[in-house]
Amino acid sequence: MESRFRVLFLIVVVFGLPGCAATKNLFGFGRDEAPPPSSEPAGQVVDPQVERREIKEPKIDREDFEIGPYVGILSIEDFGSNVVYGARLAYHMTEGFFVEGTVGSSEGGLTSFEVLSGGARLITDSERQLTYYNLSLGYNILPGEVFIGEGRAFNTNVYLIAGLGSTRFAGDDRFSVNVGAGYRFLLTDSVALHLDFRDHLFDIDLLGEEKTVHNLEAHLGFTLFF
Amino acid sequence: MSEPSITTILSTLQRTKSAILGCLVAVVLQSFLTASADAADDYRTVTVADPYLEMRTGAGIGYPIFHVVDRGDTVDIIMQRTDWYLVRTDNDKEGWVNRKQMEQTMLADGSQLDFGDLSLEDMTNSKWELGVLAGDFGGANIVSLYGGYALNPNVSLEVWGSQILGNFSNGWMGSINVVHEAFPEWRVSPFFTLGAGLIHTMPKSTIIQGEDRTDQVGHVGAGFRVYATRRFLLRAEYKSYVVFTSRDENEEVEEWKVGFAFFF
Repeated sequence: MESRFRVLFLIVVVFGLPGCAATKNLFGFGRDEAPPPSSEPAGQVVDPQVERREIKEPKIDREDFEIGPYVGILSIEDFGSNVVYGARLAYHMTEGFFVEGTVGSSEGGLTSFEVLSGGARLITDSERQLTYYNLSLGYNILPGEVFIGEGRAFNTNVYLIAGLGSTRFAGDDRFSVNVGAGYRFLLTDSVALHLDFRDHLFDIDLLGEEKTVHNLEAHLGFTLFF
Repeated sequence: MSEPSITTILSTLQRTKSAILGCLVAVVLQSFLTASADAADDYRTVTVADPYLEMRTGAGIGYPIFHVVDRGDTVDIIMQRTDWYLVRTDNDKEGWVNRKQMEQTMLADGSQLDFGDLSLEDMTNSKWELGVLAGDFGGANIVSLYGGYALNPNVSLEVWGSQILGNFSNGWMGSINVVHEAFPEWRVSPFFTLGAGLIHTMPKSTIIQGEDRTDQVGHVGAGFRVYATRRFLLRAEYKSYVVFTSRDENEEVEEWKVGFAFFF
């Protein structure tokens, strides 16, 4: 009995499997048929004549430097306020910190004493010319965006800045310290407007005793990143 | 008779001048235009390999993410500012991506682009250095600019220019130094220095007597270089100067300075 069942089972297996195999592609599953062999005559070997191309990868444009002119008002203590012209060059070290070098030039007016006394002059006209250079460290403390209308957004930064340098005024070079704050308004990713307020401090003993003077500056400028 | 001819000469001169100026402006403009045209198509293209790439409206961590690029999509790198990259997607959206995310992108051949994160090792092996220091020079203020060239990781040559701003006199000083670093691979690396130069002293205009003079100086010093970030280092140093005056006694001046420099 047992051997008869075994024979029956074997018959089912032997005849059933090819049947399953035949229906395999009927329902869309299973592997696709292999493509027909190519008709290229055997023996012909294609010799690849392709030379390796030297691809010169473009370098990524780094724009960490910022350069531009500015113009504003500088109030020279005891000598009145006058127009100041200058230029700045900045290097952005991180998204927060930047170093900035500035050079500027202005001219002092008459002191009250000189006006009231009539003819007396404390310093010569050429000594009234004020020039300064400063090296400063700045920090973008309030980065942000401003919106003009519905479809325009501009990136901005409020920064704090402080540094030191030298100011030539009244015939001498004077060690000077500057502190201030500014507003950088990025018109595009590479062009910015600056509104900047600075206090330039230096010691001067021109009017008798030595004192520290505060010279306030407000300027408007534009810069290009490169 | 002579008047008209003078005016003719003047106007010809003016015309030549304006023509030269015009040419100059044209050349400058053209060079700018060609430069921008050249740059227009040459961007690095990378494929996003992370699940996504976040694009922000500005180059800073606080700016909002306004667009996300999926894995497998490509972006062009337009420029870099500090640790941020301005990228453009296939559908012309532009935004800023942090370097950490850019490092998870691939080039067309599957390799990774080197985003050039500098380290302490780069400082040790760098050749050139440029820095600014300020401090005290025998009671006066001093502001210095220096440039250095490394002969090897331990020994470098430096050229210094300083402005000295005092209460009674101002001056300039230029010097050449040899600097030796015993442990250039340390983050805080001590150094010794030896040098010589010239000092020019000008008494202030409010001081009645005194005249300008130029003297030779020699100095020894020691200090530290501290690696800060990227290509920046901080530097603090002490130098002891001997000014070889024309009087009977030499002057000795002590100097303390701190500042920063970058290497390249």
